[in-house]
Amino acid sequence: MQIVAALRQRLGRLGANVTSHVWRLGFASRFLAYLVMHSGTALRRFRLTIAEIYFAGVLSLIVILVSGLFVGMVLALQGYDTLQRFGASESLGVLVALSLVRELGPVVAGLLFASRAGSAITAEIGLMKATEQLSAMEMMAVDPVARVVAPRFWGGVISMPLLAALFSATGIFGGYLVGVQLIGVDAGAFWSQMQAAVDLRDDIVNGVIKSVVFGIAVTWIAVFEGYDAPPTAEGVSRATTRTVVTSSLAVLALDFVLTALMFTGGGHAQ
Amino acid sequence: MLRDIDLAIARGSVVGIMGQSGCGKTTLLRIIMGAILPSGGTARVFGALFSDLSVYDNVAFPLREHAELPDELLRDLVLLKLQAVGLRGAAHLMPTELSGGMARRVALARSIALDPQLILYDEPFTGLDPISFGVIVRLIRELNDSLGATSIIVTHDVQEALGVVDYVHFMAAGRVIAQGTPEEIRSSAEPFVNQFVNGKSEGPVPFHYAAPEYGADLELPAA
Repeated sequence: MQIVAALRQRLGRLGANVTSHVWRLGFASRFLAYLVMHSGTALRRFRLTIAEIYFAGVLSLIVILVSGLFVGMVLALQGYDTLQRFGASESLGVLVALSLVRELGPVVAGLLFASRAGSAITAEIGLMKATEQLSAMEMMAVDPVARVVAPRFWGGVISMPLLAALFSATGIFGGYLVGVQLIGVDAGAFWSQMQAAVDLRDDIVNGVIKSVVFGIAVTWIAVFEGYDAPPTAEGVSRATTRTVVTSSLAVLALDFVLTALMFTGGGHAQ
Repeated sequence: MLRDIDLAIARGSVVGIMGQSGCGKTTLLRIIMGAILPSGGTARVFGALFSDLSVYDNVAFPLREHAELPDELLRDLVLLKLQAVGLRGAAHLMPTELSGGMARRVALARSIALDPQLILYDEPFTGLDPISFGVIVRLIRELNDSLGATSIIVTHDVQEALGVVDYVHFMAAGRVIAQGTPEEIRSSAEPFVNQFVNGKSEGPVPFHYAAPEYGADLELPAA
């Protein structure tokens, strides 16, 4: 009997957990819908959004560019080691460019963006809520979602694809530095093979689609966690942690889903 | 939470809503706010200042949000409001550089930026030193009269508030149990009002929160 009771209790707890997660997801979705519908201010007074693009995008540049450079350099080292065994070291440019544009650019930039900008957005909104600055806004008949949340959301959504593109570009440059300048792969082969093999529609556009989706996911999670954070010191710190963890997992999971869709959609049969 | 509330508030007056913590004062204030729909016409004072904006930008915030004004005019208006609360010289400071009393005066200046018809004060006197206190009391009266507005003050600082209001509604357990001018309230025979106004620890509101029998709680053997 005791086992049955314990089992029932566990099941009950599991059920409660699932319900609360589903409830939260629903709440987050309604929040997103409300946010998008009340984006008039953020778009009309675009200065507000530009300030957030600076905050989320420009200030993330250093970490994105440096990481991109190193990822590209490592790719070239590792890629060369394998390719030269098959006498295909001229394809190094293709390897570096495709890896970055299709996968590493959007994914690694997304992860860095989540930890650099996403956490900052959550902490800022959460702290504004905890110190009652958001309710002070409501008292002045200013909607905090329209005035505070929406500009941050659009700022993040606009910044993320640009950061991913810059990540890929510096990565390719890093690959060139190591592959061509250091190891001595032929520069002509490096660039021309890259030009011939990288497809605008299949590789670049798909990569951009990924980075847009990651941008929406990460910023959505960040603003929601901030807005939903319990107004206490611990509440804000937990929300910030949750932003980084949830959005990193979301980036990786979405990457799998998107890659699967893009490949089964054909186009890469060659 | 609230029952049988029937308030009539005269235009142009300063009205106090008093009562114990948790008696429903703030709820009543929220209902008043909700009924009026904040459209720039009302203001609830003493919301937190925006910690990343200077005093000037804090006061300018509602003007920038609700009115498209040229910078020159905006500047004049903000300085006008800051002058009214005596803090024109502090325009460049950040909220962290202000004392508690100054921060409230800035919040007050911000609330009157749009010249509201009705000003709602939620616990305006909490945690103020006597000087700041006197300043706030004076400002509430002055601003109400110079703006031709109506003010509602929710507070439990009875003695102090009785000095500034024209009329008082006294609340307990979600009802208005007494009302009148400050003199009438001071001399009220209602036991709760009497206890409250004179700050007695025993009366209709007992010192002890309702609890089980003391001996039983300590698990003493029955005597």
